[in-house]
Amino acid sequence: MSTTDQQSPEGSATDSGQSENAIELREVAGLSQGQIVRRRFVRHRGAMVAIVVLSFVVVLAFSSVGIAGWTGWWRFTPNELNPIVNGGEPTLMFPAWLGGDAGIWFHWGLHPFGQDEIGRDVFARVMRGTQTSLIITATVGLVATGVGILVGALAGFNRGRTDDILMRITDLVITMPVIVIGAVLGQLAGGNNPLIFGTFLGLITWTTLARLVRGDFLTLREREFVDAARVAGASNSRIMFKHMLPNAIGVIIVNTTLLMSSAILLETALSYLGVGIKAPATSLGLLISQYQEAFSTRPWLFWWPGLMIVIIALSINFIGDGLRDAFDPRQKRIPSERKMAKAMLVDGSAARASTTTVQPPMQGGNAGLGPS
Amino acid sequence: MAIDTSDAVPSTAPARTPVLSVRDLGVDFYVDGQWYPAATGVSYDVFPGEVLAIVGESGSGKTQSSMSLLGLLPQNGRAKGSAKLGDRELLGMSAQKLRQVRGKEIAVIFQEPMTALNPVYTVGFQIIETLRTHFDIGPKEARDRALELLRLVEIPDPDRRIDAYPHQLSGGQRQRAMIAQALACDPKLLIADEPTTALDVTVQAEILKLMRDLRTRIDSGIVLITHDMGVVADLADKIIVMKDGRVVEEGSSLSIFTEPTHPYTIKLLDAVPHLGRSADALAVETAQAETSGTTAVDRSTPQATDGPVRETVLEAKDMVIEYPGRRRQPAFRAVDGVSLSLKQGEVVGLVGESGSGKTTIGRAVVGLLPVTSGELRIVGQNMVGASANDLKPLRSKVGIVFQDPGSSLNPRLPIGESIGEPLFLHRGVKGAEMSRAVERLLDQVQLPRAMRNRYPHELSGGQRQRVGIARSLALEPQLLVADEPTSALDVSVQATVLELFQDLQREHGFACLFISHDLAVVEMLSDRIAVMHNGRLVEIGDTAQVVNHPKDSYTQRLLAAVPVPDPVAQQERRLTRDALLEAQRDELERAEIARADELTVASETADLDAHGITDQGAGGHTTGRGF
Repeated sequence: MSTTDQQSPEGSATDSGQSENAIELREVAGLSQGQIVRRRFVRHRGAMVAIVVLSFVVVLAFSSVGIAGWTGWWRFTPNELNPIVNGGEPTLMFPAWLGGDAGIWFHWGLHPFGQDEIGRDVFARVMRGTQTSLIITATVGLVATGVGILVGALAGFNRGRTDDILMRITDLVITMPVIVIGAVLGQLAGGNNPLIFGTFLGLITWTTLARLVRGDFLTLREREFVDAARVAGASNSRIMFKHMLPNAIGVIIVNTTLLMSSAILLETALSYLGVGIKAPATSLGLLISQYQEAFSTRPWLFWWPGLMIVIIALSINFIGDGLRDAFDPRQKRIPSERKMAKAMLVDGSAARASTTTVQPPMQGGNAGLGPS
Repeated sequence: MAIDTSDAVPSTAPARTPVLSVRDLGVDFYVDGQWYPAATGVSYDVFPGEVLAIVGESGSGKTQSSMSLLGLLPQNGRAKGSAKLGDRELLGMSAQKLRQVRGKEIAVIFQEPMTALNPVYTVGFQIIETLRTHFDIGPKEARDRALELLRLVEIPDPDRRIDAYPHQLSGGQRQRAMIAQALACDPKLLIADEPTTALDVTVQAEILKLMRDLRTRIDSGIVLITHDMGVVADLADKIIVMKDGRVVEEGSSLSIFTEPTHPYTIKLLDAVPHLGRSADALAVETAQAETSGTTAVDRSTPQATDGPVRETVLEAKDMVIEYPGRRRQPAFRAVDGVSLSLKQGEVVGLVGESGSGKTTIGRAVVGLLPVTSGELRIVGQNMVGASANDLKPLRSKVGIVFQDPGSSLNPRLPIGESIGEPLFLHRGVKGAEMSRAVERLLDQVQLPRAMRNRYPHELSGGQRQRVGIARSLALEPQLLVADEPTSALDVSVQATVLELFQDLQREHGFACLFISHDLAVVEMLSDRIAVMHNGRLVEIGDTAQVVNHPKDSYTQRLLAAVPVPDPVAQQERRLTRDALLEAQRDELERAEIARADELTVASETADLDAHGITDQGAGGHTTGRGF
């Protein structure tokens, strides 16, 4: 057989490289896994819009009323009492092209989101509430991810007794009603520090992630590269965190985003019940709870915090969606029919353009030939 | 719709109209805003009762061009040209009409029966489903027909197997069930996409035999897609060779094998490892036989090439490896009383079917599996009951090359890091020193240095396996375990990888335990060959002796099953194989009975991966080992 292949090393290497699955590789050639994921993510329109919206909300919430010692650019603070203007109604007016009556641009006025019955500026309060809710969401995300990964990784990697014990603990946490536990823990933790409150919420919401990571680790540990690392002499923790964890990152990131969007709703629910964040601090849920009696008389007190909750939860969900698509290699983007036909026409270089028979539209739905 | 299940060969139809005629077929894929051709200008005819083989490497467009006939291209694929089934145009046919053609007139046998059969339904259900989709028949009638089909494909005990789930059948039986399903509606055209690639050699021989029998009985055209020239030689009447989406050569089976004209065809034929090529080895063997009369199990026989006394790097005595049972299931003994030894610089090939325990031995040698009892010493380290700490120093002395290069490299690490990892862990090599070491290793396996920053998914199978070899050699091990390093690769790629492997072995002089199911590959590389069967070592001896004068009956069967890429020689081999199986029939039946007893005792739920179930073939002809 030595007579067959006396090529140069480079030649044989590139030769074999071209012959196998060359077409499928064309899309990912020269890119690292991270770059591929990033590329797919950037192409996900919903996720990109959501990222822009979410960043805008974050910047707005933190810069307008400031944080810690800094006061921000907005002219009112959340708790100062102001003389009531315009009966407390929002002074914000939409421009004409949005069906309002403010000419060609927004009219902001003194209190764009209105005032509550004692004259506090709703915009300032909503921004402060958003701030708190965002901090809680992020903390829950961090804590739950940390605990979830640790428990899941240990259980999935060690199997056997460790797995049994850890998973029974997980089951125990799952069976406890989150609202009740959250209420008790929130109460104990003292209700005006969002960091502590978020940490406690994180400590009861890690279960889903732990189970998913465990499942992933159970399959990953059977992969040959784990054996390869073990033969190379890698320690258990190195195998777990250097080799297996990066391969489970897709599941983890996607789940964290979903967890975070449910965390913001959980915080809202707890605060609404009066067991979450306490005045003088405020959060979106607390705002809704405080203003619920004013629903019929001053509905705007209700709109704005509600709107923020929807915006934040939706954006996080969209980002999670985009990430899931980006990390899932099985999700091939199906190019649109029009695009494909166009590309075929443009590609006149090959004789293909003249003789082509692009599939005619089919009756009876998609038969694997392409979208009908 | 009935297929003649008797042995009588139907008189061949005089009218020679092609079942399928393909003209100028092209397949394009839309990737990233551009169309790339996967196949262009493919033309061929398939006549009834004829086997057309489409040969080529992965990515040559052979599978995609055939799948386009059925409208089974991925959504970003388009077919053009013309493919006529009888007088109907297949390309551009409406989905509804196409559905009637699929399964009924064109059937497909897929490569991997485990994934092509639905695991939650019984095989009987799946055959009946096909039947009842296309014909207006009652469930009982359909079941009878399904039984008839299972009998046709020579599944042992069809009355019981019809209600078996795919996982309860062995690989060969699954493939038979797939074939039965494909034949259910008496298709005019059968597309067999690498039907035997996932199977063991002995099973492959059985499936090929079955397909050969069938073509005379069912009179349909068969398109055989494969890269294995041995299979082609066994079955095909006509061959087309594809490379990079184009047909580079076509002709009758005999003419392609005897006088290939296109350089690619020649290269492809040369790349196939022939069995029994080692004529010089034969000479050595006869010389040895004259002097000492080598016995198979006698390991102490001094080797002719022996210089100074070489260090023993692997010493196993009555080694037993068991997979622990779970709950009610008893422990499974994968390796049973194996004795084996390897000296410095020696290459020993370990051959056997899947499930014979050869991979288990390989994993035990590198310390990935505990040895249950017996003795195993690797480079002086006792492996029985060794703790993780004891094994640490051993890690730098043994390496392993895994079977599937796609799975054995961490997809999230650039390959340079994968290669360098053992160096970092054992010697703490870092930075510039590490770069140099990685580059040196890449040079050794003939990969460009620039590849160190690439990720595994960007590499082809052959390149990935080179990376795997580089990693295993990073620490200059004294013993290397190669676990089927080329079975996942194309034949031509396999040739280059094996050559590289040989060079490296000569250069570095490591001892090597080469595990493979392919005798031809093992013959090429090894000094000695050990044959395993059902966890036991049935024969061990010098390569030439085992290949040319096998002593054990199982080795003889194994050797007889290997197809050679030469239609004439293959025909001869078939006959000798049938004779051999006939001669060993009694013994096989005894083994089967013993095994059946064992099975019933063991567990009902145990995997029925039955090796060696004697075929109760339809029509009363016994074909020996049916799978």
